[in-house]
Amino acid sequence: MSDEEQREWERRRKTRSVAIALALAALVILFYIATIARLGGNVMNRPL
Amino acid sequence: MADLGIPLSSTRPANLVGASVSDFIALMKPRVMSLVVFTAFTGMMLAPGHLNPVLAGIAMLCIAVGAGASGALNMWYDADIDARMQRTAARPIPRGAVSREEALTFGVILAIGSVTTLGLVVNWVAGGLLAITIAFYLIVYTMWLKRRTPQNIVIGGAAGAFPPMIGWAAATGGISLESIVLFLIIFMWTPPHFWALALYRARDYERAGVPMLPVVAGADETRKQIVIYSALLVMVAFLPALLQLGGSIYALSAIAAGSILLSLALTVHRVREGREADRAAQRLFAYSIVYLFVLFAVLLLEAAFGRYLSLTGVSLA
Repeated sequence: MSDEEQREWERRRKTRSVAIALALAALVILFYIATIARLGGNVMNRPL
Repeated sequence: MADLGIPLSSTRPANLVGASVSDFIALMKPRVMSLVVFTAFTGMMLAPGHLNPVLAGIAMLCIAVGAGASGALNMWYDADIDARMQRTAARPIPRGAVSREEALTFGVILAIGSVTTLGLVVNWVAGGLLAITIAFYLIVYTMWLKRRTPQNIVIGGAAGAFPPMIGWAAATGGISLESIVLFLIIFMWTPPHFWALALYRARDYERAGVPMLPVVAGADETRKQIVIYSALLVMVAFLPALLQLGGSIYALSAIAAGSILLSLALTVHRVREGREADRAAQRLFAYSIVYLFVLFAVLLLEAAFGRYLSLTGVSLA
C-alpha cells in the first residue's frame, strides 16, 4: 500500500470512528428522551 | 501500526483503503428506506388514538433502521448476484468497498437494535412485526425464493408491505382490517412494479441466474400477469374508500391514478417489439412509484386534515 493509500485508509478509519461515537451518543440521548416521554414526571416518583 | 509489527493485511481488506461512512449508508438502500418510512408514517397517522410525538419519532427511526438492516443483510447474501448485474454492480460489496463480513455485522447490529428499541420504547406488537419483516425479507425472499421461483416477488413482496402495519401497530398496539388493507395495497403493487423492471432488465436477471418471470415464462406471459395484477391492484386500492379510511378525495384519486396505471399496463401488453416495448415498461415502472406515492399521500393528507379539524374543534358535519 502506498503512502497515499495509507493516509486515505487512516482518514476513513477516523471518519468511521467518529460516526460510531456519534451514533452511540445519539442512542444515549434517544433512550434518555424516550424514558422522559414514557414516564414523564413519574420518573422521579418512587418509594425511598 | 507498522511499529507494532502487525501485518497491515491482517487489519484491513486487501487492495482496499477501507469503507467510508457513505458506503455503509448505501448498504441501507436509502431510496427503499424513504418509501418504507413514508408508508409506515401514513399507517401511523391513519391509525386511531394518539401516540406521543417523541415516541412516534422514535418508532419511525426504528422502522427506518430496520429497513436499512434488511437492505444490508440482502446485500450481504446477494453479493454474488449483485456483482453480475449491471443495475447492482456498483453496490458497496461488489465494488469492493465493504466486505461481506462487515455488511453482515452491520445488518445484524441494526436489526437487533431497531427491533429491541421499538419493542421496549413503543410496543412489542410493532417490534414483533418489524422483526417478522426483516426475517421475511432475508430468509423467505432473499435466501429462499429469489433464486428458486418466478413467484419470488409475489410472495416476497409481503416484506415491503408490512411497514404501514408496523406504523399502525405502533400507534394502536394491534392489527386491524384497515392496516391489513394498507398491507394488501403494497402487496398487490409489488408484482407489476418489479415485473415492469424485469421486462427491460431481463438479460441482466438471466445473466445473474435470477428466475424472474420474463426469464422463466417469457415476456408475453409477464405482460399478461402485469395487466392482471394491475387490475387487482386498482380494485384493492379502492378498499380504503369503502372502509372510510380515505374520503372522497381519496376515492377520486384512486380512480384517476388507477386509470393511468391500467392504461400504462395495457400499453405494455400491446407494444411488444423494439425499443418502444422497453420504453412502455420503463414508463410503467416509473409511474408505479408515483401511483403508490399518490395513494398514500392522499390518505396521509386527509388524515392530517382530519386531525387538524379535531384539534381545532371544527366539525364539517
